Amino acid sequence: MTDQTVNAEAQAEAYGALQDKEPPKEPRAQWKDVWDQFRKHKGALIGGGFLLFITLAVLIGPLVWQVDAKALDIRNKDMRPLYTLLWDSTARTSWAKPLGSDNLGRDILATLIAGGRASMAVGWTAMILALSIGTAIGVCAGYFRKLDGPLMRLTDLFLSLPILPLLLVAVTLFRQPLRANFGPETGMFILIVGVIGITSWMQTARIVRGEILALKEREFILAARSIGTTPFKIIRRHLLPNVISPIMVSATLGLATAIITESALSFLGVGFPSDFPTWGKLLSDAVPRMEEFPERVMLPGILISLTVLSVNYLGDGLRDALDPRIRGR
Amino acid sequence: MKIKTLLMGTIATIACAPAFADGHEGERGRDGQVNIIYWQAPSTMNPFLSGGTKEIEAASLVLESLARFDETGQMVPWLAEEIPTVENGGVSEDLTSITWTIKEGVTWSDGSALTAEDLIFTHAYCTHPEGGCSQASYFDGVTSVEAEGERGVKITFGAPKPFPYTAFVGAESPIIQKAQFADCLGARAPECTEANFGPIGTGPFVVEDFRPNDVITFVANDSFREAGKPAFARVTFKGGGDAAAAARSVLETGEFDYAWNLQLAPDVLDRMEAVGLGTVVAAYGTSVERLHLNQTNPDPALGPDKRSVYMDGENAHPFLTDPVVGQALSMAIDRTLIDEVGYGAGGQPTCNLLPAPELYASTANDGCLTQDIEGAKALLEGAGWVDSNGNGTRDKDGVELTVLYQTSTNAVRQDTQALVKDWWSQIGVGAELRNVDASVFFGGDPGSPDTFQKFYADIEMYTNNFAGVDPEAYMANWRCRDIPGPANQWQGNNIQRFCREEYDALVDQMATTANLEERGELAKQMNDMIVQSYSIIPLIHRGNPSAHINTLGGVKMSDWDAEIWNIKDWYRISE
Repeated sequence: MTDQTVNAEAQAEAYGALQDKEPPKEPRAQWKDVWDQFRKHKGALIGGGFLLFITLAVLIGPLVWQVDAKALDIRNKDMRPLYTLLWDSTARTSWAKPLGSDNLGRDILATLIAGGRASMAVGWTAMILALSIGTAIGVCAGYFRKLDGPLMRLTDLFLSLPILPLLLVAVTLFRQPLRANFGPETGMFILIVGVIGITSWMQTARIVRGEILALKEREFILAARSIGTTPFKIIRRHLLPNVISPIMVSATLGLATAIITESALSFLGVGFPSDFPTWGKLLSDAVPRMEEFPERVMLPGILISLTVLSVNYLGDGLRDALDPRIRGR
Repeated sequence: MKIKTLLMGTIATIACAPAFADGHEGERGRDGQVNIIYWQAPSTMNPFLSGGTKEIEAASLVLESLARFDETGQMVPWLAEEIPTVENGGVSEDLTSITWTIKEGVTWSDGSALTAEDLIFTHAYCTHPEGGCSQASYFDGVTSVEAEGERGVKITFGAPKPFPYTAFVGAESPIIQKAQFADCLGARAPECTEANFGPIGTGPFVVEDFRPNDVITFVANDSFREAGKPAFARVTFKGGGDAAAAARSVLETGEFDYAWNLQLAPDVLDRMEAVGLGTVVAAYGTSVERLHLNQTNPDPALGPDKRSVYMDGENAHPFLTDPVVGQALSMAIDRTLIDEVGYGAGGQPTCNLLPAPELYASTANDGCLTQDIEGAKALLEGAGWVDSNGNGTRDKDGVELTVLYQTSTNAVRQDTQALVKDWWSQIGVGAELRNVDASVFFGGDPGSPDTFQKFYADIEMYTNNFAGVDPEAYMANWRCRDIPGPANQWQGNNIQRFCREEYDALVDQMATTANLEERGELAKQMNDMIVQSYSIIPLIHRGNPSAHINTLGGVKMSDWDAEIWNIKDWYRISE
């Protein structure tokens, strides 16, 4: 028994040079690296925080601030926000309407929350839709040589479609059936999200295709193929994780575009019914009185700008964090 | 000596300058260009093919009629030498014919003379059985138009016509050139694009370039009958945008000289005017902002041949033909508040479709001026409309009281919509709001599903009025045969598809009644019949605000005719 112990010790002694005494550092997970890199980008951190805040505010807001955004209160119309008291103590304000009320007495805080809900919902859904279509088409075009030509020509075709006129035509054609099946607001939501989604996937598709074309010639893909991995598995296991960073970036940009497009539609008066608040609609309704009540333009305007800006910063930070070649610098 | 003369001359010129600046006589085209903005863009220049005010207004620069109405509602001879009356022998003793004499030397802009043939042709064009002439009601009762002598035109009526100044009078019944439109009769009328977009006229201006729904450029008519007129050589008639932008372009930035139909909230308009560049002018005529309650079924499931088509009463609306529902909807509305929020000094609450002139204004419906939510509830309750399934809207026999309520895109109208929806929800009537771009809504395009004539909604709101001072032709709008539908290319002014034999009888009776008092009574009866059928709910008697820049002289806005009826007299006030 003792002999064996001595032997083992001797063996350990003999191969000692080949062994690590202790791990120099703890093993690091990939996502922790990403987070560490992301944390270094102050703008992205603030942007992400703000986006989270806005999303939570529009989701939980109606539970906290329980005022109906559509309720008219004509006696309390044209109230100013509380902060105007700072420089004008005679302003008409009320604690019941902290951000004031519009010309029909609707509470501005409540309409902003309700409007944000619509705008954010349109933004997120349209972005996810565009992203799925774009990634799928980009990957197929990049990986399967035969599909490349037709799919890229299709992309060019969609790129040449002007979105606003297309939306106007789509509103005329599809409003009625969608309204009949889903009701006026949901129907319009589906229409707007659908049209924004199918007209904004092209950039993603092009970027993804380019990346895939370069990646699929690399050695690790060759290795995977040589051991008989199916194309689907190669795409899932090897290609998609490597193109995640451009996808994330175009996702953030897509969210911003969708919010702006929805605002533009509301501004033009097509889109949701006139009493259904969205940020874009609040903004356009307030324009005639913007000299007298600047806050009605500023508040939704600032919210749109900040959301879009924060999304852009977030995308910037994510790109840095997700790209292993940039990470650590 | 020479220098002295020169100096004297200079002084004299300077001294005289203000006098010249004030005067507005001179050669044609001396004042350059005038820019007009109509934020609803005209889609055609042929007023017979469009029920929209904007087309009639745009066409009034080119096409003229025998007489026009000035800003006070007085008739002014225009292409005619004088207004024919019984006294001067122009109107026959038995009131069955009127004879107009065309002014001497009136020519079309292509140089040919205006003759009785053109008037005869215009009558044939507008009354062609296959055509959908929007202004056909102006020829009601006319049996023939004949030439009489060299410049005379005799219009004969089938029965005594006490107010014979309908055909060829006012902007809505102009004269078109036979030579140009000869091949455009009947169903072919909309196909003559070149003629419809650039009609040859007798007016002060000639179409140079017409872009549908965008810009029209006019140049002065070289063969215009009055020397030295018009003062402007060119007119740019811009369409599109919205009322606020149009008002701002005149009152705040001065890019345009004249802006039409500024339906803006009173506080907004006042603040713009305070900049001091321009002036807001309003003319009170017969404009009434009203709700039309569709009497036919607009269910999208019905398909284009049946949806909102009258079909001799076969296709009735599920609940809006019931006057009780309409009455409840009307009682729930606080017209005074709508006026306060959206119109201010530019409007007053009304319960009548025909609020002016005074002779014709009924007082039988004034009860609607006070809001009565409880009364409306009780009324619906009594008629069996109760909320049996607890979803917030009343129902009866499985039919829910929810309406699709559409109007044109305009801040004031959307505010009104929101208010009305709120009141209706208080009495248990659900409303879905929709707004359509004004150029499309009033565009009259038979291919578009969103026009007010198609009326693919339950309730729609807009303003209408009539040109001229006699309501006969206007009240004849609600005859059964004036219902728009696929058969007449959706032309016709009976928008809510109201059809009663008694009403048509009253229209016929008015066409044969001469006594002014009796005519007033008949007009009131017709007004009451429509209002009490609750197929139309009048809201506001509107003044029609427009704005012009302070350097534009000669503007005399008329709500009884095209409001720019006297554009030939406009001039630039030099500073």
